[in-house]
Amino acid sequence: MSGAVVSARGVRKRFDGREVICGVDFDIRPGICFGILGPNGAGKTTLIRMLLGMSPVSGGDYTLFGRPAGDREVRARIGVVPQMDNLDPDFTVRQNLIVYARYFGLLPRQAEPRAEELLSFAELSQRGDSPVSSLSGGMKRRLLIARSLINDPDLVMLDEPTTGLDPQARHLIWQRLRELKRRGKTLVLTTHYMEEAEQLCDELMVLEHGRILARGSPGQLKQAHVEPEVVELRGGISDAGVEELCLGLDIRREHVGDTWFCYGQDARLLVSRCAEVPGLIFVHRPTNLEDVFLRLTGRELRD
Amino acid sequence: MAARILAVWRRNFMVWRKLAAVSLLGNFGDPFLYLLGLGYGLGLYIGKMGGIPYMAFLASGILCSSAMNTATFEGLYSAFTRMNQQHTWEGMMATPLGLADIVAGEILWAATKSLISCAAILIVALLLGGVQTPVTAWLALPVVFLSGLCFAAIALVVCALAPSYDFFIYYFTLLVTPMFLFCGVFYPLAALPHAAQAVAQLLPLTHAVALMRPLLTTLPLHHAWLHLAVLAAYAAVGFVLAVRLASRRLLR
Repeated sequence: MSGAVVSARGVRKRFDGREVICGVDFDIRPGICFGILGPNGAGKTTLIRMLLGMSPVSGGDYTLFGRPAGDREVRARIGVVPQMDNLDPDFTVRQNLIVYARYFGLLPRQAEPRAEELLSFAELSQRGDSPVSSLSGGMKRRLLIARSLINDPDLVMLDEPTTGLDPQARHLIWQRLRELKRRGKTLVLTTHYMEEAEQLCDELMVLEHGRILARGSPGQLKQAHVEPEVVELRGGISDAGVEELCLGLDIRREHVGDTWFCYGQDARLLVSRCAEVPGLIFVHRPTNLEDVFLRLTGRELRD
Repeated sequence: MAARILAVWRRNFMVWRKLAAVSLLGNFGDPFLYLLGLGYGLGLYIGKMGGIPYMAFLASGILCSSAMNTATFEGLYSAFTRMNQQHTWEGMMATPLGLADIVAGEILWAATKSLISCAAILIVALLLGGVQTPVTAWLALPVVFLSGLCFAAIALVVCALAPSYDFFIYYFTLLVTPMFLFCGVFYPLAALPHAAQAVAQLLPLTHAVALMRPLLTTLPLHHAWLHLAVLAAYAAVGFVLAVRLASRRLLR
């Protein structure tokens, strides 16, 4: 597709003879938030590292702004929020921004006003002179986001930007990322959190074992892969009991541990039947991306 | 490329500046004690060595071994911390900086540190009577800087290979300490058996000392270009190798 910020054609990556990215194709249009979802080890981070030139591409065409992945000139136009905190512990919050700006060739007098602006964007203005070690996890992540913007990038890549944060910190980061999108930045986001993907992403792809399982907008994915409603049943109900509850209804059932998931177009009838079973715990809700994700990638643990 | 290397250099300089006093004291304390303890103490019994007062003989040697130690520590422990523990290099690699810029910046910085600490030692040596020829003594500084580049480049190679900090002990025991003891810092190379002399000729510290001593003392300078070439070659080969090994380690 022309005009794509990122374009992948048959991109492959081999580690020690094992293929971890198995020929993927995708495009990322400018100005959207593109989500890469997948269980641990699916290849999300590898896709990002290859784009940055931090991991050589083993095969295929991988381009960023029309240039090969990892190209130095292209790195000047992107911002990166890494999964692991690599802030400079020897510097204060503000110095972290100024020093990083230098790596892009920005002199302090250019970087200083920009740093102030970014500190306020990240709600860290009060902490400019604090050492990095005194920041909470959420503040560090916000500083990483501020740092990724010091070169006014066109594309920002965020590798699990809210992993390990409390809900307040997470919501603040979501607001900031939406604000970036309003300013016309393209965002590429990897995440484990389906809620995050649903909140932020215009387009998604679900990755597993280095292959793309599905792609589309959150709405499209839900429509294509799960029914609109689900009833979760718990609390000492037998297989036969569930069968009886669903009798005559168009319900797809999944049994996981102590819980039954009953998916359907309209579950109201099932819900009214459930209400009559004493002791049965049930939850009726619209399906979400998590249902899609589990449907696509299965429910076994990934270690 | 120069601007990119300087950005790395400047980052390290800014960190150093915060703790400059402590750092200088460390760089400077050990050599100072050596000069005082061995130069005066041992010098009293030895009198002259190689035809010059022992204090002058020792001062030129200590200047070189300090250049080696300062650059080595920076290129091993500090660079390893930035590469492996703090992931500072990884942060840099997400910008237009490449690994060659980073390694070059680290080497340049380590050599700068050698220069800073040796400048202080040179002043002490001057005050303690360890410099016979103050007119040519300033030439010690470029030699220190070149030696710093050489030892930093080798240290970066070891750093790129090291699985952990413990690995550095091998490098110290197998190379740094032998160089300190057998490359002419404390006594002339001629005191060694021929075979040992031949081995010492392959080691960079020998050439740093051979270049340095005539600049601070009345001894004549021989084969200056050879010594310069050996130090420069170690620096250049070390740099190329360090970049290659670091790439293999980090760009996976």
